[in-house]
Amino acid sequence: MSTFRDLFKDYRFAVSFCILVVLLIVALLSFIAEDDPTIWGTVPRDLKPSWTYPMGTNSKGQDLFWQATFAVRNSLIIALIAASLSRVVAVLVGMVAGYKGGITGTVLMFITDIFLVIPLFLIIVMLAMLMRDKMNLVSLGLVLAVFGWAWDARLIRSQVLSLRERDFTQTAILSGTRTVPLVLKEYMPFTMPLVFSTLINNMAWVIGLEITLAFLGLVNMDIPTLGTMLQWAISYQAILLGLWWWILTPVILAILLFVALYWLSVSISEYLDPRTRIQRVGA
Amino acid sequence: MTFVKGYLIPRLIQYFLVIFIGLTIVFIIPRLAPSDPIQRTIGQLRSMGGFLDPKTMDSFIQDLNEMYGLEGSMLEQYGAFWVRLSHGDFGVSFFQFPTPVNQLIRTALPWTVCLLFVTTIISWTAGNIIGGLAGYYNRSRWSNVLDTITMVIRPLPYYVFAFALLLLLAYIFEFFPVSGGTDIGRQVAFNLPSIIDIARHAFLPALSLVLLGTAVWFQTMKLIVQNVKSENFVQYAQLGGVKQDRIVSRYVIRNAMLPEITALALLFGQIFSGALITEIVFSYPGLGTLLYNAILTGDYNLIMGITALSIIGITTAILIIDLLYPLFDPRVRYL
Repeated sequence: MSTFRDLFKDYRFAVSFCILVVLLIVALLSFIAEDDPTIWGTVPRDLKPSWTYPMGTNSKGQDLFWQATFAVRNSLIIALIAASLSRVVAVLVGMVAGYKGGITGTVLMFITDIFLVIPLFLIIVMLAMLMRDKMNLVSLGLVLAVFGWAWDARLIRSQVLSLRERDFTQTAILSGTRTVPLVLKEYMPFTMPLVFSTLINNMAWVIGLEITLAFLGLVNMDIPTLGTMLQWAISYQAILLGLWWWILTPVILAILLFVALYWLSVSISEYLDPRTRIQRVGA
Repeated sequence: MTFVKGYLIPRLIQYFLVIFIGLTIVFIIPRLAPSDPIQRTIGQLRSMGGFLDPKTMDSFIQDLNEMYGLEGSMLEQYGAFWVRLSHGDFGVSFFQFPTPVNQLIRTALPWTVCLLFVTTIISWTAGNIIGGLAGYYNRSRWSNVLDTITMVIRPLPYYVFAFALLLLLAYIFEFFPVSGGTDIGRQVAFNLPSIIDIARHAFLPALSLVLLGTAVWFQTMKLIVQNVKSENFVQYAQLGGVKQDRIVSRYVIRNAMLPEITALALLFGQIFSGALITEIVFSYPGLGTLLYNAILTGDYNLIMGITALSIIGITTAILIIDLLYPLFDPRVRYL
């Protein structure tokens, strides 16, 4: 609890935490929504924000507030699926490559380097084109998980490399600890903070990519996400028609989400790295 | 000699292996498609009202098979794929039917390369200089203000940022043209009005790339400089009475540059795909817009061509920077 209080002294943590809590509440509200978000024409069209419709309505006759709740929820679901799965891969590859080393390590790092070097975005676009008809929240999350682990696997590997040289590793090995318990019990606590901060960064990356893919028309446009919501607004020429509330709702939500996730990860990783913490305090 | 054996040859092997695997992926992915591109072509022809008798149809299918490199078994196709690639031939585009992919890429490439080259250089230089100074004088007010601004700009994905910029500067204030590479109907030529026109159209896409790029470089450089600043040799230089300017430029920034050079190489891939989005948002006539049209029309040859080209381009850029690295850091000797 005191960790939490310390973190709250950083304005970035406080702000991002509050934004994320609000967005989470918005996402949870989707469970009590009355209308199915995919149905058109449930409310009058093109209404400005008012007390009845806090974010206005769009040209498809949908209440933008309820659309937004579903959009935030679905974007977060995709991000969580992709980010947590790719964390598993990153931890496995990073730990094995770092601890085992040798041929296994070289091969694993070579594969990792390939993922770092090839233009993933284009490959993802090609894959998404193939799967366009079968795209749903889960399959999109899976595809993005396949491509999101390489950089973080490298980070984890370099940390394990340095942990391996510490004395406690030798002590553990000499006192008969097996490899798997050693890695899980002794190394995991050190790597957890890194895993957590890369998890947040990866979520932001996934949400951004989803928006981009939606802009290219490569996701299922019937599922409301931040990306598809924005894309519908653009394809209905909301800018030219002056329906600013329609276009601003997804844009502002996306910006809030990205800024909050980034600030959270920065403030946590600064807190975990005592060198920068001391600099901020001004010692 | 040890350099060649110990570093250059393994590095070159890695370079070719990465290209080989990347291009193989490019070969495999379109062939996983459930829909046959040829049947789709014919379907589209039919829907446009074309009619072909069965005999012409058969020879037409054969022609298409040959053009798309879909003849024979998977292995034969794979062999033919490499033979064609070695000639630099990516086949015929589908989106602008009989035009070869090569020719389309050749027209679009200069636009993208110019935009990318200029913006990367500007944002890298500006970000590193400002970030270096802000890191050294990190207690000052302007350093904190800049830090807060970048904290907001940095996390935004290219697309959202570029789109917000377009809304603000082209629709609301109408400072800049909304889209295109030149005014409509203008011939590209090497005279002053034409160049001014190109620059005016390129300004907004370039601005979005430069602002976002500078924010990224600013932050990493600031962090590195803050760490270098607290090292012993800097304090020693201060105590020894070396001038402040000299410490900043010669001692601190020079040392902090090194990771930034590596990062420049590693970030090339992301900058490339970022530029594609920017081009699409601003309808800039480069590779990104070409790719967008290719995606819309399902033009696999064109997508494969662009992807293959960018794989080769990025890996080569990283190789060159790796090999030049000893020039920047005299401590690095490849064995």
